[in-house]
Amino acid sequence: MQFHRYDVVIVGAGGAGMRAAIESSQRARTAVLTKLYPTRSHTGAAQGGMCAALANVEEDNWEWHTFDTIKGGDYLVDQDAAEIMCREAIDAVYDLEKMGLPFNRTPEGRIDQRRFGGHTRNHGEAAVRRACYAADRTGHMILQTLYQNCVKHGVEFFNEFYVLDITLSDDPANPGQQVCTGAVAYELATGEIHVFHAKSVIFATGGAGKVFKTTSNAHTLTGDGMGVVFRKGLPLEDMEFYQFHPTGLAGLGILLTEGARGEGAILRNASGERFMERYAPTIKDLAPRDIVARSMVMEVLEGRGAGPHKDYVLLDCTHLGAEVLETKLPDITEFARTYLGVDPVTEPVPVFPTAHYAMGGIPTNVQGEVLRDNDNKVPGLYAAGECACVSVHGSNRLGTNSLLDINVFGRRAGIAGADYANAVEFTELPSGPADFVVNLVEKLRTATGGERVADIRIALQATMDANAAVYRTEETLKTALNDVQVLKERYSNVSVQDKGKRYNTDLLEGIELGFLLELAEVMVVGALMRKESRGGHAREDYPTRDDVNFMRHTMAYKEGDPTSLISDIRLDFKPVVMTRYQPMERKY
Amino acid sequence: MTATLNADLAPVQHTGPLPPVPDGAVMVTVNLQRFNPELDDAPHMESYRIPALPTDRILNLLHYIKWYIDGTLAFRRSCAHGICGSDAMRINGRNRLGCKVLVKDLVTAKKTEITIEPIKGLPLEKDLIVDMEPFFDAFRSVKPYLVTHGNEPDREWVQSIEDRERFDDTTKCIMCACCTTSCPVYWSADAYVGPAAIVAAHRFIFDSRDQAAEERLEILSDAEGVWRCRTTFNCTDACPRGIQVTKAIQEVKRALMFRRI
Ligand SMILES: Cc1cc2nc3c(=O)[nH]c(=O)nc-3n(C[C@H](O)[C@H](O)[C@H](O)COP(=O)(O)OP(=O)(O)OC[C@H]3O[C@@H](n4cnc5c(N)ncnc54)[C@H](O)[C@@H]3O)c2cc1C
Ligand code: SF4
Ligand code: SF4
Ligand code: FES
Repeated sequence: MQFHRYDVVIVGAGGAGMRAAIESSQRARTAVLTKLYPTRSHTGAAQGGMCAALANVEEDNWEWHTFDTIKGGDYLVDQDAAEIMCREAIDAVYDLEKMGLPFNRTPEGRIDQRRFGGHTRNHGEAAVRRACYAADRTGHMILQTLYQNCVKHGVEFFNEFYVLDITLSDDPANPGQQVCTGAVAYELATGEIHVFHAKSVIFATGGAGKVFKTTSNAHTLTGDGMGVVFRKGLPLEDMEFYQFHPTGLAGLGILLTEGARGEGAILRNASGERFMERYAPTIKDLAPRDIVARSMVMEVLEGRGAGPHKDYVLLDCTHLGAEVLETKLPDITEFARTYLGVDPVTEPVPVFPTAHYAMGGIPTNVQGEVLRDNDNKVPGLYAAGECACVSVHGSNRLGTNSLLDINVFGRRAGIAGADYANAVEFTELPSGPADFVVNLVEKLRTATGGERVADIRIALQATMDANAAVYRTEETLKTALNDVQVLKERYSNVSVQDKGKRYNTDLLEGIELGFLLELAEVMVVGALMRKESRGGHAREDYPTRDDVNFMRHTMAYKEGDPTSLISDIRLDFKPVVMTRYQPMERKY
Repeated sequence: MTATLNADLAPVQHTGPLPPVPDGAVMVTVNLQRFNPELDDAPHMESYRIPALPTDRILNLLHYIKWYIDGTLAFRRSCAHGICGSDAMRINGRNRLGCKVLVKDLVTAKKTEITIEPIKGLPLEKDLIVDMEPFFDAFRSVKPYLVTHGNEPDREWVQSIEDRERFDDTTKCIMCACCTTSCPVYWSADAYVGPAAIVAAHRFIFDSRDQAAEERLEILSDAEGVWRCRTTFNCTDACPRGIQVTKAIQEVKRALMFRRI
């Protein structure tokens, strides 16, 4: 076992983690622990853009952006946080540009902007060009630019370190309270356990898309950070809200950016009808994702799907022309060609909703400070990016608002974490800080049960796709809950074949599966409780939004033995912060 | 060597059935280079006969072997669609991303064998995993970040569409190392920075906003720099992002010559 000491420890080196690191490392001694090499993080897969009301190509302002974000989130957005994000968006984009990000340019040499779902002029009049972009590689450019600047600032990375626990110590200043004092990691190359003693720990571990089978998310997006925090008895917020992106390559889930529709692509059913005209007459194909995804599923359920099994719809880009596709959407054009053998220049592309983004996560305030309940925080613990819930996305995130979120709140968490570290002394680690991780790892490494990790994971993903995806009912959710609980039982009999210390990815896949099971249950339990339809959570048996009973965030807590995967989940509620926007019916 | 690795641990018997073979699957033979540093003195080849769909990615085959036949198989992967750069490997002797090559690209009725080895030129760690640190060290050595001096504008730096286009190709790099580990000069002279680092330098040298081209050219003009390249085009052929790697290297060489002359 090895011990290290840093003022600030950042967990995760995607967009949020590296944006935090750039701030933190200039103020305090900082280490970044990441299970992937930084440039492998899934921020690099983001395609379409990052919104900010720069008004480079047409009139726009950040208040319109705020309104769109709140309405897009079906009013479950904390409005103070959305205001901050949309106001700071403008500097966030300029900061990235000055760090070197090669945005596409207007003829005047300014940052070019394109249309995106749900982003409108003057509170819904028409689609507005607000998304700053670099072809369909915006996330790649953000990830590279942030990594380049981390190199410039000499940020210290611990690559291929898997953080599996945090340490909480009794707060000497406030008896009975706990403060975060560090993180415990498993080093992939050696199998060694490392304890990082710190004053601030910032989680930026990304999403959990691998709970589902068909997803735009990487194999490594297994919700580790959310799982670690949840196992500490700390809450997760709004986990029942999971976004399904309308245009995944059918059957594969690989994403085709909404930027395609921003450039003019059209969704059609089997008979060639532009069906979004019926569901969202004003902005049609550029309605927010929840609405488009539901509409697509409805077309298929009502027999208007395309293909031999009528189980997908078509994204028609053929009228855009080869020039636009090759210059503004080159990567997705190549994905369709490589993985489906379909050329978007000449043929419409088969698409269907794909599990994409967790609106929920670790609850934080606007400084990135993690909440232990509705009112109190955990001193020293921060979260930012997709693993966090500020909540700026409410029940449905608008396209481009995540790349924005990771930059605005990554930066804020980095500054807040470093400032806090500079203001306090180290608090002692609890005794046996690594015990939990040592047990977790050794138990699984030496287990001899007959269950395969892959079998349980595939069964989990199958039931979540079938029963907890775009449309849900009491019945399907109960099936999912039962399945997840049975799989948790089976997990206690799981074993891995690799008994070694070096690069034991077999073992880590097993540990990641534990996080997936944990989070799947939280999602389903929240979805069962929420008897309404709002944003990304569509209940066929409760088809309307119910502001009287459900205009509030869900807070889920793990009850009982934290070391046991099988435990009860307690649900509580947190009020939504409203400033100036009263909930209205959501029409587009 | 510890050939008795964990002999105290009972071997694991998984009881579940193998997944059903999907319609349209063909049987393929995967010849895989294996090396477990805790057990083996040297790498060796092993063969696996498994079902595969023509549309499967090579990465799917590796997952099948890992998940159902031998869990100790180690390789890196994340995005599974050619964007994160994790899974560079030698497939039938050529550097490719495992997630970007489909079975139907390699397998015919006559030839159903696929050979997979780790990329060459970086220290081997386990199976397909190599030590990437020397590769990233070379990247870091060329000042791979925008350098500007003087007052920054309030808004963005202005850059024309043409100036932005000038370095577009080299911004696409995902640092997969396919190019560098296909370069015969890199294999033989371990001090050569390699094509990927030159691509990174090119991206900034030709960015109209940047002001450190001179410093980067200085770094690349020394003994480990661009002059080592013998223009064999292996790197360009290997790049999964379609970057004109050799052309970028030539452009850097030309910039150096004009600066010198
Ligand atoms: C295909 C695709 C396209 C998208 N397009 C857009 C878009 O156009 N616009 C937009 O706004 N959003 C988009 N999104 C969403 C957006 O990209 C993500 O939500 C965002 O990038 C998440 O960033 P992050 O920093 O929170 O996490 P990530 O970039 O996923 O990084 C997570 C980091 O955490 C580390 N990590 C995880 N677990 C551990 C652990 N246990 N120990 C140590 N480290 C750990 C990983 O190594 C990684 O470095 C897209 C998403 C996808 C999948
Ligand atoms: S062109 Fe130069 S860098 Fe590329 S493989 Fe050949 S020698 Fe190496
Ligand atoms: S230039 Fe191409 S092959 Fe080389 S590291 Fe970059 S993406 Fe990979
Ligand atoms: S797994 Fe990301 S490039 Fe292949």
